[in-house]
Amino acid sequence: MELNLWAVACILLVCLATFTIGFRSSRLASTTQDFLTARRTVRSRRNAAAVSGEYLSAASFLGVAGLVLKDGADALWYPIGFTAGYLALMLFVAAPLRRSGAYSLPDFAEARLGSRQLRGLSTVFVVFIGMLYLVPQLQGAGLTLSQIVPGVPLWAGAVLVAALVVVNVLGGGMRAITVVQAFQYWLKLFAIAAPTFVLCALFLGEGGVDGIGGTGLSQPMAPRFTTETTVEVATDVVLQVREGLPLWVEGDGVVDGSRARGSVYWGPGEHTVGAGARLRFAEGAPVPVVSGAPADNATWLRPVSGVGDLLTTYSLIFATFLGTMGLPHVLNRFYTNPDGRAARRTTLHVLMLLSLFYLFPVVLGALSRIYTPELLVTGTTDAAVLLLPGKIAPGVLGQVLGAVTAAGAFAAFLSASSGLVVSVAGVLSTAGGGRGRVRDFRWATVIAGVVPLALALLFPTGDVSLSVGLSFALAASTFCPVLLLGIWWPRITWVGAATGMCVGGGLVLLSLLISIISGLTGDWAPEFLLQPALVTVPIAFLTVYLLSKATSGKVPQETNRIRMRMHAPDRLGFIRDRDIARFGTAEERSKLANGRHRR
Amino acid sequence: MSDEPAGTPAAEQQAKPSRPPRRKRVVLADSRAPVTVLRTVLELEEQTSWAEEVVRGFIRTQFWTAVRLALVVISTLGALPLVFFFAPGLSEVSVVGVALPWLLLGIVPFPLLFGLAYWYNVLAERQERDFVDMVEK
Repeated sequence: MELNLWAVACILLVCLATFTIGFRSSRLASTTQDFLTARRTVRSRRNAAAVSGEYLSAASFLGVAGLVLKDGADALWYPIGFTAGYLALMLFVAAPLRRSGAYSLPDFAEARLGSRQLRGLSTVFVVFIGMLYLVPQLQGAGLTLSQIVPGVPLWAGAVLVAALVVVNVLGGGMRAITVVQAFQYWLKLFAIAAPTFVLCALFLGEGGVDGIGGTGLSQPMAPRFTTETTVEVATDVVLQVREGLPLWVEGDGVVDGSRARGSVYWGPGEHTVGAGARLRFAEGAPVPVVSGAPADNATWLRPVSGVGDLLTTYSLIFATFLGTMGLPHVLNRFYTNPDGRAARRTTLHVLMLLSLFYLFPVVLGALSRIYTPELLVTGTTDAAVLLLPGKIAPGVLGQVLGAVTAAGAFAAFLSASSGLVVSVAGVLSTAGGGRGRVRDFRWATVIAGVVPLALALLFPTGDVSLSVGLSFALAASTFCPVLLLGIWWPRITWVGAATGMCVGGGLVLLSLLISIISGLTGDWAPEFLLQPALVTVPIAFLTVYLLSKATSGKVPQETNRIRMRMHAPDRLGFIRDRDIARFGTAEERSKLANGRHRR
Repeated sequence: MSDEPAGTPAAEQQAKPSRPPRRKRVVLADSRAPVTVLRTVLELEEQTSWAEEVVRGFIRTQFWTAVRLALVVISTLGALPLVFFFAPGLSEVSVVGVALPWLLLGIVPFPLLFGLAYWYNVLAERQERDFVDMVEK
């Protein structure tokens, strides 16, 4: 991809806007209340835009289209799950969680079950999920920037995003990022909707699939290269070929066990390609596809083509439907609502905003199956949204549209990262020795920004949706049982909650470990292990239930009163916000007490 | 306050240039507290056996409302993979040029989810209103 000055300009504009908005809102932020929960005064519409802006991370903006390109109909469950998670959140969690008066997940655990140990354990999991989510965002930023500006090293984009986020959060915490995230939702919606409309119009104008010589999306044939294409293979891949094809091999990777160069004919079957090889395909040649993905369009179009697919799909449904409510950065935004009713309305708006957004990446993913099938050769399908405009609309129009999607991608990296940094910094600053003063929060922010940056640079870049999918599984197996049972079941104890979190989280990590090891030693583990929620979530629930039954003496005495506060309608006035002010300095407390900013 | 009669123009003129006394807000009662504390609300706070029963009933209503709507999702969206598994012929059907499964997965779930959320919001708020009315009657 050549240097696209439009894209550079658009990204700089997004960064500048992010900084300016954050800076302006930061001036109002002075107390711990501001930094942790934006003083709990965010109206539901703005909060909904902010929640959606934070939630639509790289996994949604780039990942969904990439997955649709690769996996077809089965990938449609990602947007459904990402959205339906909010329905579960609204039905069972939103209002009671806000009324509990907590200001973070660990604080909720302590408020409900009265245990410092449980608080500590939750803190560990919040930090872990935060890192798991944050690292791919930063890596995605690095990858995107290095694709747009050739020659820029991978770390540059990651450092840019991390620095900008840390500066914003240092300035004003939650207060600073609320407006930033709300703005970035609308930016992202525009950045994906506008190109989709234009590209669809161009696609139909060219006469659809037949007009450009592609393979129809329902035909039982592999997709075809619409132009002569050279693909550089950066990491070793195994490709599956359905129809034999001629190709030219260049570069210096091992192909099918030999270093032969020049014209090659690949028969149907699997072919291995080593890193460093360059493959040149003629116009109209069928596209070899990375193994594990559907090779022909008819299979791609059909949902659930086997028992394995069925299990994976249900596992994904479990992870996303139940995992959303356990994501610490999402819940963190819910504490900024003024009351329980507002929390519910926020979720309703979020459902609308997300539904609107997710229509577009699916269309882009399907279009990219026709126009950018070369991504299927390398498996780097996350780049589809960024490359598609240049393919469909050559010239300035393509460059401008590409710039718009690149800007949207950067907005996604920025808004998701800021939410994650705030939530991790929030729990760190009030955990252990920290007393939750603004100074503690600022130190925690630096840690929450620098550590994931280091991890992002250390670890190799993976498929962004996979690690995000895994953090959903982790959230669903740790926090979801604690939240659901904590809110609705009176007899839960902290021992049960803690054990359930350890067992659920431990199982997810174990399956991750096994699949990493199997990936290094010849792919023997079933694909199921990459999405284990179908098994781990019920086990976690069962553990919490059984252990709570066994330790029924430890049910907190205040349980009834706490439950009443969580569920009683806001108008009765039982809501009591957990005391953040007690952490603050005397000066901060007096600022809070005179109620200048109270609405 | 000095002993001088307050309000004489001279005294005011003198006080102006130097720093004016800091205004203090005097709070006699927390304005957030309800104006009239109802006996029933007090009972709820004090967790009498009547209050516990009422609250438990209310929580149960809210819970089953949520569960019922969740069941709607489970029986519709949750059944889709099974339907596609047992009826692979559905992929052949196309509506306005798009394969039926893509419509069912790419578009239909979103209005469904939003509709259910909207309905739950109405139901939950109505039940909360009824509960408040019952408590305050």
